[in-house]
Amino acid sequence: MALLPSLAPEKTIRIALIGNPNTGKTTLFNNLTGLRQRVGNYPGVTVARKSGLLKLRGGNVELIDLPGAYSLSAASLDERIVVDALCGQVSGMEAPDVVACVIDASNLLRNLFLASQVAELGIPMVLILNQYDVARRKNIHIDHKLLSKRLGVPVVKTVATRQKGTEEIVEAINSVLDNPSRMEVINWPEPVKEATKMLREAVGANTKNNLSETEIHRILFDADSAILDRLGNDTGEIRLHLGQARGILFKAGFNPMAAEALLQYEHLGGLIEGIVKHSGLAKTSRTESIDHLMVHRGWGLAIFVGMMYLVFLSVYTWASPFMDFIQSGIDWFQGMAGPWFAATPMLQSLMVDGVLEGVGAFLGFLPQIMILFFFIALLEDTGYMARAAFLMDKMFSWCGLNGKSFVPLLSSYACAVPGIMATRTIEDPKARLATILIAPFMSCSARLPVYVLLIGAFIEPVYGSFYAGLALFLMHFVGLAVAIPTAFVLNKFILKTRPQPFLLELPAYRVPRLRDVAWRMFQSGEEFVRRAGTIIFAITIIVWALLYFPRPATVGEEIRQNFIESQAQFQNTNPEAVQTSLAETDSDLAKRLEYLTDSAYLEQSFMGRIGKTIQPVFDPAGFDWKITVGVLASFPAREVIISTLGVIYSLGGDVDEGTGDLREVVANAKWQEGARVGTPVYTMPVVVGILVFFALCSQCGATLAVITKEAGFRWAVLSFTFMTTLAWLGAVLCYQIGIRLI
Amino acid sequence: MLKLSNLSIGIKARVKAIDAKKSVDQRLMVMGLLPGMDVKVVQVAPLGDPIAIEFQGRRVSLRRAEASGVLLESVA
Repeated sequence: MALLPSLAPEKTIRIALIGNPNTGKTTLFNNLTGLRQRVGNYPGVTVARKSGLLKLRGGNVELIDLPGAYSLSAASLDERIVVDALCGQVSGMEAPDVVACVIDASNLLRNLFLASQVAELGIPMVLILNQYDVARRKNIHIDHKLLSKRLGVPVVKTVATRQKGTEEIVEAINSVLDNPSRMEVINWPEPVKEATKMLREAVGANTKNNLSETEIHRILFDADSAILDRLGNDTGEIRLHLGQARGILFKAGFNPMAAEALLQYEHLGGLIEGIVKHSGLAKTSRTESIDHLMVHRGWGLAIFVGMMYLVFLSVYTWASPFMDFIQSGIDWFQGMAGPWFAATPMLQSLMVDGVLEGVGAFLGFLPQIMILFFFIALLEDTGYMARAAFLMDKMFSWCGLNGKSFVPLLSSYACAVPGIMATRTIEDPKARLATILIAPFMSCSARLPVYVLLIGAFIEPVYGSFYAGLALFLMHFVGLAVAIPTAFVLNKFILKTRPQPFLLELPAYRVPRLRDVAWRMFQSGEEFVRRAGTIIFAITIIVWALLYFPRPATVGEEIRQNFIESQAQFQNTNPEAVQTSLAETDSDLAKRLEYLTDSAYLEQSFMGRIGKTIQPVFDPAGFDWKITVGVLASFPAREVIISTLGVIYSLGGDVDEGTGDLREVVANAKWQEGARVGTPVYTMPVVVGILVFFALCSQCGATLAVITKEAGFRWAVLSFTFMTTLAWLGAVLCYQIGIRLI
Repeated sequence: MLKLSNLSIGIKARVKAIDAKKSVDQRLMVMGLLPGMDVKVVQVAPLGDPIAIEFQGRRVSLRRAEASGVLLESVA
């Protein structure tokens, strides 16, 4: 059996899956494509582009899952993608050959609105009445055969969550490919036709674009049409004609802004007359009674806080065994790789200290991401996420965000990487961008080691554990206190966000299907590893090289000679005896020499030299060159400061924040040169300055990689510059005010 | 003039007209809120805004300011 005969043999057939939000479209997509799907992004925007292979009689065809949309009005980014994709305006993607429109069987009339708009594009169509079981429970009966006859396209009943009707869909698509059937379109009244004609002539005269009837309608009917934006600069003339075209409608007694909805619904109402039957009275729905509790003014909030606490806690605690597992895997690899490359120390260091360490630290985020996305998918698929946004909206609307920013920001307290990925649930692109930019300010778990080290070394001994705990607690609000005014300024002056409507359907509660939730979880994990991993890899190697080179053998030799001589003198033995005990690689003496050597190499490495060179920049904050190197080395990952300080203070790389040694050494560190020589480096103003610096600074390669991926390189650069500048200002302010107070 | 933005919780009212000046009005109409239909405020968020409305079996959340374009008449 031949597929559409007019098609050239090499052209792949594309089928687009469209539908309102909450119609079970994604579940259907998963059923139809199984494991054969790909997730990417639409060019230039952050909307996920999902496509998969669908097996038909004539072979495999591409099934494209377009974002959920109520209409083609292109009010949201998602809807804009749908319009562009259906009109063949997305680069690298031709217009689909068939549209499969998913319809919530309980809401036939309102779901047909989108189908009717799409019908005007002239693309052959299949209608899928999904969630038919729910409709039956509500005593709604649809005569789908009559509907199919009236609309002129195949109509299939399905229950996607129970895999019912999947074969029927494939059957219907096959039949439409053999015999293209188009849905009955609305017959617009004369004034609309006249206005459309006039507008088409104006557009034709003023641009090179050849717009379809649908696109002309979008310009005519929509309050702010995305199509006009797409036409570019020469729209002044068109806008003039648009006013005249709308005038025609107005004179004929139509409100141009309301005409489409009224006329479409009138048309559709006639089409489905007698097709939907309600038997019996509608009972109080389950959703209504659940909502009574879930969005209750008091209880609702308590449940919400409890639920968020649980999610947050799970991301924090469940992840740690997996993270430990990944870490021990990395350790194992490092242990394996060490001896392999023993002959070439540089390669050994590159593999063990560079690649494995850096990539390992990055992979450590994976469990958090997967756990968070598990919960996000769960909350979305049950229908609760919309309620959470409803409860939280007021708290965010004043600074230009909306309730949907809450979950990403809260997640960022565990880690900004999954938090930024979670902003995908925010449809409004500007609110989403603002959320992405403030998310890294939330105090993530990687900042904790720095806080613990410094508070443990300086605040606890002086002020006691109560104030130490308080300080740790307060540190978690430093970022938030900066983030909220930042969001306000961003929205008001930089992004100039127009107040975005918060029109959100509260879908019926549903039991989610574990398969769909697991899918979401694995897809987000896979995407994270594949995309961001390459950037991390590059940054890691660059920082490693700066810390490793140059490495003249003479430096090591000199340290060794001096060490042997001083040890011999100290122990009253001859140098040969010292050398023998150094030959045992595990001996204390050998370790101390290794630390000293590492420290000497670090000091004369490119990074060490850069640190010394740019120390004056950090001088106003009271940082010496060692802290400066620590700060520089921790740009890829902030927790690196601990091991870097360890190396600098010759303790060896493997120290952690709890090590008493490091705390002691740091507390006793003194200036070695300059005006402050002999005085302690870590005075209280410096310590507070470092704490604030680490709270605000953009020191996470993974976060920057994810911002690049989600919002673009430009915004990652801006985020880095802004956060780092702010961190420097904060540290300088703390130090300068501090030394004047003490 | 009774507007959706100041309709009390739990009271049913009928849509008399929709301004259709803002895109949010257009969106509400697309979602199926049309003149002549009954509408009810079913929930109010803890801080007084936004509100959740119900029409034709559909639940939708929106801010009060966005509901001001929907003019209502009371149903006896």
